[in-house]
Amino acid sequence: MKNILVANNVTKKFGDQIALNNVSLAIPRNCIYGLLGPNGAGKTTLIRIINQITYPDSGEVLLNGELLQPHHIALIGYLPEERGLYKSMKVGEQALYLAQLKGLSKSDANKRLKHWFDKLEIGDWWNRKIQELSKGMAQKIQFIVTVLHEPKLLIFDEPFSGFDPINANIIKEEIIKLKDKGTSIIFSTHRMESVEELCEYIALLHNAEKILDGKLEDIKKQYKNNMYRVGLELENGENFLKQISDKFDITASSYDMRKKQLDFTVQLPSDDTRSFLSLLSAEASINNFVETIPTANEIFIQTVQNINSHE
Amino acid sequence: MNKLSLIIKREYLAKVRNKSFVIMTFLSPILMVGMIVLIAYLTKVNDSQKRIVAVFNESDYFSTDFNTTERTSYVFFKGISLQAAKDSTLNLGFSGLLHIPNGNDLEEVTQNSFFYSKDAPSSFVLDRLENIFEERLRQRRLIDIGVSSEEFTTINDHFEINIATFTGEQNLKGINEMKAFVGGGFGYLIMMFIIIYGGFVMRSVIEEKTSRIIEVIISSVKPFQLMLGKIIGTSLAGITQFTIWIISASLLMFVIFLVSGIDLTGFSDQSAMSSSPMTSISPLPATSNTMQLYALEFLQIPWFLLISLFLVYFILGYLIYSSIYAAIGAAVDNETDTQQFIFPIILPLMLAIYVGFFSVFSNPHGPIAIAFSLFPFTSPIVMLMRLPGGIGEGGVPLWQIFTSIVLLIVTFIGIVWLAAKIYRVGILMYGKKPTYKELYKWLKY
Repeated sequence: MKNILVANNVTKKFGDQIALNNVSLAIPRNCIYGLLGPNGAGKTTLIRIINQITYPDSGEVLLNGELLQPHHIALIGYLPEERGLYKSMKVGEQALYLAQLKGLSKSDANKRLKHWFDKLEIGDWWNRKIQELSKGMAQKIQFIVTVLHEPKLLIFDEPFSGFDPINANIIKEEIIKLKDKGTSIIFSTHRMESVEELCEYIALLHNAEKILDGKLEDIKKQYKNNMYRVGLELENGENFLKQISDKFDITASSYDMRKKQLDFTVQLPSDDTRSFLSLLSAEASINNFVETIPTANEIFIQTVQNINSHE
Repeated sequence: MNKLSLIIKREYLAKVRNKSFVIMTFLSPILMVGMIVLIAYLTKVNDSQKRIVAVFNESDYFSTDFNTTERTSYVFFKGISLQAAKDSTLNLGFSGLLHIPNGNDLEEVTQNSFFYSKDAPSSFVLDRLENIFEERLRQRRLIDIGVSSEEFTTINDHFEINIATFTGEQNLKGINEMKAFVGGGFGYLIMMFIIIYGGFVMRSVIEEKTSRIIEVIISSVKPFQLMLGKIIGTSLAGITQFTIWIISASLLMFVIFLVSGIDLTGFSDQSAMSSSPMTSISPLPATSNTMQLYALEFLQIPWFLLISLFLVYFILGYLIYSSIYAAIGAAVDNETDTQQFIFPIILPLMLAIYVGFFSVFSNPHGPIAIAFSLFPFTSPIVMLMRLPGGIGEGGVPLWQIFTSIVLLIVTFIGIVWLAAKIYRVGILMYGKKPTYKELYKWLKY
């Protein structure tokens, strides 16, 4: 089975407010799947439905090809955006409790916790109370508790908020390691830039609707529109610019007389770059020729604008 | 281990290990016993203080009537002026001076008698003096119409009506009050337990909300399991605390009783009720014989039935109220927002207690008592006040107990269902102060 999780036409309303409108998703096995969208788009509601915290009004969610059932909870690890720990409880005791709630036996949980605590170098926190720890420290413990029962599907909702850059990096590396071990990961965030390096697949949610999903690479290909940044070196660049402006759509051009450097962005009619390049190389030496690939953020903004202009 | 028992265990331990809980557990019995001992001591001091009344009797009457009693003694002045008598009374610090002037006739003498005191005299002293005068006057008037003094004594014999049940058992005056006292104790216990530990449940829910651990937990267990585990865990902690209170308080009382010799038996019954209006019921004059009868009646209270029904009403009542408390905790963000929701919960509890004390005591099977012992929000308290009279004839009819338990169970299911719904939605709502209208909307989510 290719997908670990499939959502079919999921709709959820809170009173008159629609949180999810007919959303369908397929999350492939063993990848990092970015669930993106601005605040209030419905990401957290969808995640809560996957975790069986709330239930959809209509539609269905399948995990491993089966409709969601209570026992699936043990297969999922969830780090919520609103997360915390019991303030007056000791770290170790608390971690044991949460692990046991996920179905681990006490001795198993103990062994694994010791392992993780050593790994993240927090072994000496075991008997301290949460209220004595900093927020970043508590986040580490929450991360451990989320992954401890070795779930098949991990869901991180804004995992890096509250982490300093160093610890954020440690956690990022651990997430990648988990993925390499075969875990499927849903990564929910409204900060698009953090997605690019981690996610293989993405889905964009906006105003309760899914507006885009698929492999990030494919989406980018789809959204690139044959825009290229060009840097040339030649005499009399202004003339040349005028010459090609008649045939091509040129934007953001500049010519440095002293360096004889001409920079511009061009939109080609097709992805055939050969004829354009030969045209260029006949007149000038090419310093650079780069395809501009849109960022996830740009894709998102563009998609939302498209939708709004259609309405 | 199953998840519910894990939650119960955690809630129990979290409560029991809490410092203020531990302090309260061990301090309360000491405070409580200290209070009782203080009251006992003060009452004893108060009682042992004798009032001294000076009597300046210039007449030929009343020569034998002023007999020193337990609480009042008399000092007699003779052969001095009224002014001198007044001065000496004041100087010696007596309670007052009774002046009986000389006269030809008892009527005239009594008309002209005066009681002088520094402040307004206590009604206790006046009653006593007035009794003496009345007695003499009555006797005199009867003699005037030809009744001899022997006959007078016979006339004056005290009388009490015999009372019995229809089945012929001997009945006792005030036994209803005494039985209601016992039931009232149980009812009061339920109310206290609900208010104290319901509040604990609520605060524990709020804590999980504000510490933001709630979503972590309900991704592993169902919200309903968490709510139930919390209620059970907290009530087990409550039962632990109550048990420690009762055992240690009784031990302390026993020790103090042995050491100081203060007679506490008269107070031990009242101690549990000292904050209730029950104390307004005056103790009945009891000879040793009637005391025995009372003791017998006390033993004949159907204890087994009472305690088993206490458990039924206690568990159902507590579950209803504490699930409402849990729902309130889930709906709000901090404790200050709870006030508007707490009041409607406390209201039926207070109503039950007051209706119990004012209506059920005097008439355990009257229409108000019946209505409130069927209404599920008050029945756990009011029914228990009626129960010591037994079930069936002379007691609570079986159908009423049956109806009230059925109503209680139906309400229990309904309320827990509603509370669980509000709880499920509320725990994930942050930053909003909910209104009743909003809570109603949550039910439909």
